[in-house]
Amino acid sequence: MLSTQNPRTSQTEVSFWFKAAEVSAFPENGGACVKYHDQQIAVFYFTRRNEWYACQNMCPHKQQMILARGMVGDQCGEPKVACPFHKKTFSLITGENLNGECYEIQTYPVKVEDGFVYIGMKE
Amino acid sequence: MNSSEGNPQHIVVIGNGMVGYKFCEKLIAKAPGKFKLTVLGEEPRPAYDRVHLSAYFSGTTAEELTMAPISWYEQNNISLHLRELVTGIDTATKIITTHKGESISYDKLILATGSSAFVPPIKGVEKAGVFVYRTIEDLDAMLAYAPKARTAAVIGGGLLGLEAAKAAMDMGLTTHVIEFASRLMPRQLDEAGSDMLKKKLENLGISIHLNKSTTAILGKPGVQKMLFAEGSELDVDMIIVSAGIKPRDELAVKAGLAVGPRGGIVVNDALETSDPHIYAIGESALHGSMIYGLVAPGYDMADTIVTKLIGGEKTFKGFDMSTKLKLIGVDVASFGDPFIAEPHARTIVFEDRIKGIYKRVNISADGKYLLGGILVGEAANYNLLLQTVQNRIIVPPDPKDLILGSRGGNTEAAGAGVLSLPEEATICSCEGVSKGTICSSIKDNTLSDVAGIKKCTKAGTSCGGCVPMLGDLLTATLKEMGQEVKTILCEHFQYSRQEILDLVKVNNIRTYDDLLNQHGQGDGCEVCKPAVASILASTWNELILKQATIQDTNDRYLANIQKGGTYSVVPRIAGGEITPEKLIIIGQVAAKYGLYTKITGGQRIDMFGARVDQLPDIWEELVNAGFESGHAYGKSLRTVKSCVGSTWCRYGLHDSVGFAIQVEERYRGLRSPHKLKGGVSGCVRECAEAQSKDFGIIATEKGWNLYICGNGGAKPQHAQLFATDLDTATCLRYLDRFLMFYIKTAEPLNRTATWLNKMEGGIEYLRQVIMEDSLGICADLEIEMAFMVDTYACEWKEVINNPELRQRFQHFVNTPESDPTINFRPERGQKVPVI
Repeated sequence: MLSTQNPRTSQTEVSFWFKAAEVSAFPENGGACVKYHDQQIAVFYFTRRNEWYACQNMCPHKQQMILARGMVGDQCGEPKVACPFHKKTFSLITGENLNGECYEIQTYPVKVEDGFVYIGMKE
Repeated sequence: MNSSEGNPQHIVVIGNGMVGYKFCEKLIAKAPGKFKLTVLGEEPRPAYDRVHLSAYFSGTTAEELTMAPISWYEQNNISLHLRELVTGIDTATKIITTHKGESISYDKLILATGSSAFVPPIKGVEKAGVFVYRTIEDLDAMLAYAPKARTAAVIGGGLLGLEAAKAAMDMGLTTHVIEFASRLMPRQLDEAGSDMLKKKLENLGISIHLNKSTTAILGKPGVQKMLFAEGSELDVDMIIVSAGIKPRDELAVKAGLAVGPRGGIVVNDALETSDPHIYAIGESALHGSMIYGLVAPGYDMADTIVTKLIGGEKTFKGFDMSTKLKLIGVDVASFGDPFIAEPHARTIVFEDRIKGIYKRVNISADGKYLLGGILVGEAANYNLLLQTVQNRIIVPPDPKDLILGSRGGNTEAAGAGVLSLPEEATICSCEGVSKGTICSSIKDNTLSDVAGIKKCTKAGTSCGGCVPMLGDLLTATLKEMGQEVKTILCEHFQYSRQEILDLVKVNNIRTYDDLLNQHGQGDGCEVCKPAVASILASTWNELILKQATIQDTNDRYLANIQKGGTYSVVPRIAGGEITPEKLIIIGQVAAKYGLYTKITGGQRIDMFGARVDQLPDIWEELVNAGFESGHAYGKSLRTVKSCVGSTWCRYGLHDSVGFAIQVEERYRGLRSPHKLKGGVSGCVRECAEAQSKDFGIIATEKGWNLYICGNGGAKPQHAQLFATDLDTATCLRYLDRFLMFYIKTAEPLNRTATWLNKMEGGIEYLRQVIMEDSLGICADLEIEMAFMVDTYACEWKEVINNPELRQRFQHFVNTPESDPTINFRPERGQKVPVI
């Protein structure tokens, strides 16, 4: 089991693990979008590190539902995603914008059990 | 200073504009935690960038204009009071009161109250539809009013007035500028400079009226008409007043501080007002009978007080009013003393009325020093010229080199210029950063890019005008330190694109992961992934979706992403030739899936508004009808535009359509460092506009003329004539070599024009490589291109026949639903996205 360290929704705050999809539904070193009620959550599989991250699917820059289709990577070791629209990049740990702009995204803890990906929700 | 430990001095700043903010930023940076800081602003939001206010109309949000978010104030323990107006200062007890009835005592008080727009007393100026151009609230009010208006007039042709004119244009209004003086930007430009600027702005559709004094504004209830002193009139529905600024000194007046006869809080060189515990900075301060309406002097004032507060020595000695800006795409600069003339100076003037360039430099009577000047239409040299004035650098023996460049054909003059500056030369005048500071910061912090310099020194973070010089200083300093200067891809690969291409080829590397394992580090990023994807595609020509997640989103979904997250679909229509039957198919597919259709600039048809899950179905129908991918989504060949040619046209010399189709089909799907566009014209009338393309072919009596490295877009550049009167086979052979050489040697995302501009030896060198085979690589280039041509396959055809690949075209992975946030509204009979 693996999970992210999220300062805003820490593991201990998780009240519910949402069963998102099978591991095989997600591309390697990339992302896909899952629906949880009315929310869209982008889930990323860093295959090279064998780590999972999740964040809101909406890019706060132009309010587009798109981050799941962004390219993943790292900046000095910090895992990040780049929005396909204008290449704004966000830390997948803190959710902070890495281009020095003042918006940020919500990130969520992720765990993998029995071949399924779960996202930690705070009610 | 006498701030006793434990009980820090309380500094209160009135005004949270750019200068007020800069004061806080500098104080926090230089003496973190040493002072207690309180800031009061009457506006509802924290300080934002007023210099770039017009960007608000072209889509920049209020958040993006913000200097620092509220959390920044919190993190630095600054008590920030927004929407709170200070109503009184009791200088005896050192207490201020606010409109909420709050009292705050201070040790030092900083008045950064700024200015308000000066509204001349014109009859009718209070009518609905008259606006000032100052705050985000003003802009919101304009935006709310603009849909009712068609024509706007800006009163004031100065710097701010022209910014406001840009805003009016961006709102889609027919725009007039009314200036009282005989020229535009009267404080910065002379008659000839204003003339040139006027022509350029008129070409952009702005009407300029000089020598006009508005006497009345008529209309009921809102603005309808303006009357002018000499009897003429103008019908308008909206007016923006930008006739100057008025210092906000009312609080100072009330507190009994000295103010100037025409407004402004009087300050000395230490920026103290008549009360030594109260300072004034920015546009509210009157220093030596000057009000400084620019941001750079305001920042210098802030720095002066901060330096003194922390015990240093600094005084404000007035400020150079030199400025450079881009007005509606036109560069305008004015520096030093722009107007000084004989007998105190000798001037050199250069004027190019074709390109719309005007340059004037004023040289001292002894011919030794540059005193000032004006640049319109082209201002790349501004920083260097400004430095030459400020540092009293001896000008070259032939001073016209200053504006014409040394005409020996090499471009090194500019770089050498920066290096010749003394250490104390100010490079970034907004932030007051010297060359010495920048160079030592590069050395001490081992910086390797301009972003690092910006972060460490703040240089280049305000107006950005000095950024090119930062790049020159970086290159020069690294060279001086004996470091190899090369353009590496990003932090994950310490290689240039060309080196990576060689590694891929020599080591037979087929995947991004293998390359990263063998020659890179980390997880990669959005810079190196698509660059490597392009290299792999240009080398092996395998289906790009085998490595979908290293592709940009357009390549990943083989379609162009648009606002709202839907995609557009562009089938190839080679040369722009299409049968009626195929046109009908496109119409049927678009109607079936409800797509918005538009003819593109490349002579084909774009269908917008397809959801990601619809893409395979749409393409299945198109492919079955005989269409193939148009690669509109790729950094690859887009179109080869053609005129109708000799088949129909009475002027045509050869079959331009047939040749365009042959060329387009030869290079279709060819991945390259950036997109590629071509054109073929059947005669010199050039209806295909081939000279604006990466390669252009124009028919002559004897064959084809080949032009290369043209560019439309943001930085248009004509293609250069490469070879003349070629037969068809030779033309294709040269094209093969040229394109493959470009693919192998260009940096990522450099169009052919940029590539050629950077190439040492220029087009002459390129001719030697391609026509005379000076590097002995032509045979290889041709073999490599032949491989690409032979292995071409339509990507969409492969996808629709592969169930596993089709499966990836889904918005959600845990439900077959499509994205519920996608929304359309009708416009002119079609659908468009609702954002």
